[in-house]
Amino acid sequence: MLTARNLSKRFGAKRVFERVDVSLAAGNFLLVTGPNGSGKTTLLRVLAGLAAPTSGDLTLPDRALVGYLGHEPLVYRELTPLENLQLFACLYRIPEGAERIGMLLERFGLWEVRHQRVGTFSRGMQQRLGLCRVLLHEPQLLVLDEPFNALDAAGAELLDATLDELRDRALIVATHDPERVERLATERLAFA
Amino acid sequence: MSYLSDIGALTRKDLLLELRAKETVPAMLLFVLAALTIFHFVTPTGGERTATLGLLWTAIIFTALLGLTRAFVPEREQGLMDALVLAPCDRSAIWVAKSLAVLAFLGLAEAIALPAFALFFSGIGWRTVAAVALADVGICAVGTLTGAMAVAGRARELILPLLFLPLAIPVVVGGVGASAADHGGKYLAFLVLYDAAFGLLAWASFEYVVSET
Repeated sequence: MLTARNLSKRFGAKRVFERVDVSLAAGNFLLVTGPNGSGKTTLLRVLAGLAAPTSGDLTLPDRALVGYLGHEPLVYRELTPLENLQLFACLYRIPEGAERIGMLLERFGLWEVRHQRVGTFSRGMQQRLGLCRVLLHEPQLLVLDEPFNALDAAGAELLDATLDELRDRALIVATHDPERVERLATERLAFA
Repeated sequence: MSYLSDIGALTRKDLLLELRAKETVPAMLLFVLAALTIFHFVTPTGGERTATLGLLWTAIIFTALLGLTRAFVPEREQGLMDALVLAPCDRSAIWVAKSLAVLAFLGLAEAIALPAFALFFSGIGWRTVAAVALADVGICAVGTLTGAMAVAGRARELILPLLFLPLAIPVVVGGVGASAADHGGKYLAFLVLYDAAFGLLAWASFEYVVSET
């Protein structure tokens, strides 16, 4: 699914990370931990195919198979949840997109507000919508950067359950609350 | 077919964003009217026609620049370029859709600007209208590409005019020539050539502008 050998990333003279090796197959869960500014987000962007490594070998699946959730939920605030997901369903060519959108909105508790603008939502609701967007095309490789951020207790439990169900996929999760997903991790990468 | 549906979905999204936010088009309308009003008062009565047409083109270019500055704001502020770039659609569809949206906004501004110019200065002929329409295509094609380049940088407010204005010089030459010259046909042909060449270049290079990998 994903293979990275001797991966390094620099911004000018600044070294972000060096000689990182990652090999993930379906069913693997990579837990990335470390303090703020340690390079977790940059590594996840590289592993999602959004940024190029400075050196090293990286083999990624086709981008249609990758789901990425960054620090922002990556949804349009002027659009409604329905419009946001319809846009991405079209771009990902999801057959029967309407059913999938309805199912995800129901599951993440957003069905009732599907016609309201995302800009009126709390940060936690936006994060739920971000998760809907990521899961919409049923990616085989999920890259989640601090996915529990801004989620309330119910939202976090929902994400726990969702991650449990996604154990047949390859998952990369960066968090500074590792206890939450420690039970799922099969690989670990700690940044100092 | 799916390429067209991607463009349709992305264009619809950009138009909906503007319809809800109402930020770009009102600003463009206000700007172009204010610019033409100022030009009206600073130009001597009975000023040379070529000079006044030059003012029209100046107003159009800077109005377009205003719209282009706002073109990628939703993607920049909410980090959405990552989500769009990761989607498996052809990335040039993002450029086509954004160009079409900017073209619609600029067309709206010009629908007010051209009658205002006729009111303040002198009537305009079909060649000027044709030149404006052709120039709009080139402006939006090149401007959307430079807008995407600028959005990736830090000093984006500086970079966009620095990249866009030199590339817009041929548009102004063609536009003023088509509007004022006796044989304006060759200038219209020049604008068609500009649209084709720069449109193709922008279409082909957009992928490399928005993706690092």
